[in-house]
Amino acid sequence: MTAALPVARRRGVRAAEKGTDRAARPGVLWVLPATLFFMLFAGLPLVLVAVLSFTSWNGLGTPAFNGFDNWTRMASDPSVLQSLRISAVLTVLSWAVQTPLALLLGVWAAGRQRNRAVLSSLFFLPLLMSTAAIAITWLTLLDPNFGLAAKFGPSIGFPDGNIIGSSRGALGCIIVVVSWQFVPFHTLLYQAAARQIPKSLYDAATVDGAGRVRQFRHVTLPQLRNTIVTSSVLMLVGSLTYFETVLILTGGGPGGATNILPQHMYMTAFRDYQMGYASVIALALVALGTTLSMLIVRFSGFAKMRSTLEGI
Amino acid sequence: MGESPLSRRTFLSAAAITGLSAPILSACGTSGPGGAKGGAKTLQAWVLVDQAQNRVQNTAVDDFNKSATGSKVKLLPISSDGAVYADKLRVSMGSPTPPDLLFNWGSGSIRNYVQAGGLMDLSDKLAADTAWKNSFLPSVLDAGKIDGKYYGIPMRGMQPVVLFYNKSLFAEQGQKPPATYDDLLKLVDFFKGKKIQPFALGGLDQWPSLMWLEYLVERSGGPSVFENIAAGKPGAWRDPAVTAALQQIRDLVGRGAFGTNFNSVNYVNDGAGLLFAKGKAAMHLMGTWEVSNQVDRHRSFAQKDLGFAPFPSVAGGKGDPNAVVGNPTNYFSITTKSGDKDAAVAFLKKEMAAPAYVDALIKTGDVPAVTGLESRLAASPQPDFARYVYQLVQKAPSFTLSWDQALMPQFKTPLLSNLQKVFAGKQSPEQFVAAMESVK
Repeated sequence: MTAALPVARRRGVRAAEKGTDRAARPGVLWVLPATLFFMLFAGLPLVLVAVLSFTSWNGLGTPAFNGFDNWTRMASDPSVLQSLRISAVLTVLSWAVQTPLALLLGVWAAGRQRNRAVLSSLFFLPLLMSTAAIAITWLTLLDPNFGLAAKFGPSIGFPDGNIIGSSRGALGCIIVVVSWQFVPFHTLLYQAAARQIPKSLYDAATVDGAGRVRQFRHVTLPQLRNTIVTSSVLMLVGSLTYFETVLILTGGGPGGATNILPQHMYMTAFRDYQMGYASVIALALVALGTTLSMLIVRFSGFAKMRSTLEGI
Repeated sequence: MGESPLSRRTFLSAAAITGLSAPILSACGTSGPGGAKGGAKTLQAWVLVDQAQNRVQNTAVDDFNKSATGSKVKLLPISSDGAVYADKLRVSMGSPTPPDLLFNWGSGSIRNYVQAGGLMDLSDKLAADTAWKNSFLPSVLDAGKIDGKYYGIPMRGMQPVVLFYNKSLFAEQGQKPPATYDDLLKLVDFFKGKKIQPFALGGLDQWPSLMWLEYLVERSGGPSVFENIAAGKPGAWRDPAVTAALQQIRDLVGRGAFGTNFNSVNYVNDGAGLLFAKGKAAMHLMGTWEVSNQVDRHRSFAQKDLGFAPFPSVAGGKGDPNAVVGNPTNYFSITTKSGDKDAAVAFLKKEMAAPAYVDALIKTGDVPAVTGLESRLAASPQPDFARYVYQLVQKAPSFTLSWDQALMPQFKTPLLSNLQKVFAGKQSPEQFVAAMESVK
């Protein structure tokens, strides 16, 4: 009886939501513009890329069908495997760097003090700059003779400032620049989410004798669960598209050490002009991104969409 | 219950890919020759964005349009980045409405277009008007040939790679620019001992490193080594001259000729140029554009200290020590789909060797590939350098185009990437050769 009550209440709430859904939305018609837009600019190109993946085409004239040549080529291409490995490293590391930073900053910025409002808007600035401008600015900072790399390189294990020119250093640079650029966005997500947490939960925790750290662990973190999933999906799938930063900062170098899969795809398509083969890599990226986000959603229970406010 | 997550995720990934191509594809919209009715058309001439150059080109366009009774020419600066320009050109050339006239680097940059029948063969036009043909330096005009036919008319300055050195620094230390490769090695050891980096090198941008390979292969094996590579002859990369040059590069890196952090130094954002201008590096192997680069960014250094010399000879090498590598020039080519090819030819005939255009080019610091300029080069902002380059090219038995421009596109990325590995000591010359042989 006691257990049945919340379930019944939940059902009631859902039914009510459905009811308002029907009343407020006229259905298919509203979806039409977005669907058309999506089909034209995402669906159609995707299909065309799939078709191209079975052709040999240098961008001029008519694509010639060559069956599964491109696909079998990818299966045995060491450079694709290498790019995949670098992409995986970049994805995992940039997630591991960005998530704690954004989480802590976001929760901190959720406070109502005035200095936080000022500082938060300063933290937000990198997000407003174009990726190309950011990359070029960092390029100047990373100059080993005249930039910051000359000053700080020795203290982080690069005595001659050769950071972006070494394999590990270059990957590190990409992670730092990408994090610098995108942490503000995720901070914003966490800030908004943290402000939604009811104060009553903290009051209750205080009554129970929980300090700030325990409040963070047992109230804030569980309450931010859905935001963490959202932010992680954006980061992981987003990291499969970090491409401008790599192109401008390292061009995939030194010696291919930062040649992530999107960069490899771009070079194959627009430097080597092997559109068919590049399409195969593109489709692999689509598959990878889709699988990755579905896995996260599956294993995080995000698809069940349970509210963190249940029972309050 | 719960929406299927699939659609949105797919959208994200798909958007990533289409988002990528969107800015490139958007270029097609502007590329059509916007024709007026009847015979008169507006011919679109695509060029690289470059303020000084575009101003000169526009004077030529205005001059042509003033007297043109039919079609007029319109200059369209596309991008300042050569790679971006090439991308946009590629997409446009694949569309039904390519530009009428296009700026290009000759050779590998247009070979695909020639093969696809997209560019007009200008051989007959040049043969029919020998005065026009003879107004260009033959070695440069010929460097624009593809399969024995002319597809491009030289339209700006020549850009061989030369050895720049810091005159004051050399005088202070009692040194002379190297005449032979052995001199060069001695200079490397000398400057290293003085705690001065012997050569500035923008290894981060990859292509500056390639100049070393180009010159060393040319000096050891002569122009035929690269001609075979460019022609795709099997085993061409295995030529001993290539391995020898790579070995020399390893040796130079090992001696500290480029310092230790050269792969972090950029060229395009003035990393290497500043190193050189500040006297922290004694020499710099670079294209002639380095002069205008230094004049723009470090004027007093450019005026007082900037010295220039040819690349030294290599003892026992088969190459002529007078041969040069670099970018012979840029060309204008005409597309076969152009709405008014005759007007496009008329434009090139009237303007490209016209005194007004050539003099304007000289004033920007360019050394045009036009004959009989000796006296007129005095108007150059760097008259000594202009005369030096002019006579360097006239004397050169061959002018090898930069490899990354001359090779078919699929070789470019592996070439630069593998060479960067050789410079970083992560690949042996043999591995480099094997890697390049495996590119198809």
